[in-house]
Amino acid sequence: MPIHEKSLIRPENLKVQENIEVEGIDVSGHWSTFIESRVVTDYNEALEEEIAALPGGEFIHRCWQCGSCTNSCTVNALDADFNPRYWIYLIRMGMESELLRDKDIIWQCVSCNKCTYACPRDVVPEGVMKATAHWLELKGHTPKSHSTIFDEIFSEQVIETGKIEDGRTIRRFFKQTGQALRQPWLEEMVKRLLRNLPIGMLTRMGLANFITPRTSGWSGARDAIKEYVAEQEQHHRKVLGLDDLVKAAENEL
Amino acid sequence: MKKSDKQQKYKEVAYYPGCALEGSGHAYNRSTKALGEKLGLKLKEVDNWNCCGAMEVKNIDPKIQTYLSSRVMSTAANKMNMDVVMAPCNGCYHNLKKAEYDLENDEKSREVVDRLSKKAGHDTYQAGQVETIHALDWVKDSIGEEGLKERVKNSLEGIKIANYYGCMYTRPRHIFPEKDAGPGSESTSKPHFMDDLLEAAGADNVEFPLKTACCGGAHTLSDSDTSTKLVTNILRAAEAAGAEVIATECPTCHSGLEMHQIRAEKTLGIKTNVKIIYFTQLLGMALGLKPKKVGLHENVSDSFDFVKKKGLA
Repeated sequence: MPIHEKSLIRPENLKVQENIEVEGIDVSGHWSTFIESRVVTDYNEALEEEIAALPGGEFIHRCWQCGSCTNSCTVNALDADFNPRYWIYLIRMGMESELLRDKDIIWQCVSCNKCTYACPRDVVPEGVMKATAHWLELKGHTPKSHSTIFDEIFSEQVIETGKIEDGRTIRRFFKQTGQALRQPWLEEMVKRLLRNLPIGMLTRMGLANFITPRTSGWSGARDAIKEYVAEQEQHHRKVLGLDDLVKAAENEL
Repeated sequence: MKKSDKQQKYKEVAYYPGCALEGSGHAYNRSTKALGEKLGLKLKEVDNWNCCGAMEVKNIDPKIQTYLSSRVMSTAANKMNMDVVMAPCNGCYHNLKKAEYDLENDEKSREVVDRLSKKAGHDTYQAGQVETIHALDWVKDSIGEEGLKERVKNSLEGIKIANYYGCMYTRPRHIFPEKDAGPGSESTSKPHFMDDLLEAAGADNVEFPLKTACCGGAHTLSDSDTSTKLVTNILRAAEAAGAEVIATECPTCHSGLEMHQIRAEKTLGIKTNVKIIYFTQLLGMALGLKPKKVGLHENVSDSFDFVKKKGLA
């Protein structure tokens, strides 16, 4: 029997017998294509709870799988594998190993909020995507994505000084992710920007490299935020059982 | 609120430029101030303002973003005694609106903001103390289409414009309770405030289907290939709709479009010619301000020859 929906089945689950004879008749190849039946045994029953404990994931339990999020998704239009509805399903079912197949693209959510706009159940799928990406990193399934590295550099500067200076943030980001600043398109952009700028403006921009813009009287806010961040980090480690994971790994060594 | 009340209320507002307008979006800062001056609207910059958290801090923790935004509103309300905060940047506008919504509806957010504010040593912002508006609301409600028509010196007639609003101005809907509220209000699915204002200044707006599409601004550097694809869609759709200019009202969208227009040319070989100009720059020039007065020289997208050809310089 031919399998009509072959494209829906993962190639590794399609089994073709190259050499098979039944009652003296050769039925090798195309004639003996089978779908490997799938048995899921390794549920992570705590998965939904873990995602829900991270910021943004709070409302995942509301989802009733209508698919409005995936339908409206900006990134899904570029990459059909980017499928928030499906990931929410896997998380709620506890199918961790299935979720991990897509671990390298989940961080690509651009936060356009089209899903949150479309969702009839106020799941805030955008938040769930961020929580899931965060979860993957905390559990060590993926290295920190470029997006997380950028968020951290940015937030660190805001918490420290109260403000952002974009040139500095960009340079630090390129350095930390090992990318060269001298990229043809970036050079072209700077060239075009400089074409019309008067000298006074250039001096001002140059000075911004040495004098970081700051909010005056910021130190009180800075300390308060830092304390809160540390407290939240502790809380997340606890919910995800990260300290136990580390201890178990140490014992094994 | 009645229209005449708003007209009065928006004559003098607290101005929250935000970080982008001090850096890559300086043209927007310059043109907003110049436009305000030309229209006789007073802007009082928020004292010692801080970053609203942009698109990044919420990924570390959303409540820090709520606190950051609340501090700006607290300063405007409690230190400056203002009741309207005007933010031209979509990101700032969105975050202040979101903080307002959360502080009104979420007990946990109120708790965290109160705790952090007390520790930082300033008054806690209480929901309802200020009204946050966008630069579009500011011009639309204080001057309006009729007011603009009376003041236009160089009509934008014959300039075909695609109005691009981006994500943060309309989504998610629940943080903008004044939108989708019947005739005269802004629409979240088909926003039209910028269209209305530019049309009043004489522009030929084109039918542009990607008004609220995403430019990938949040990942403009961390996932540049995705952003370039998204921006290329927007630029090509605008050109296909017959636009010569994309009018913007957000510094992140604006620099994203400019940056990835070049990147698309350099990495994908896709060249587009549509000019990218802030709506405040277009309105300013329509009211007779010189291109340099509205910071046209600070844009990456070079439109000097274009505005000269159209009789705006």
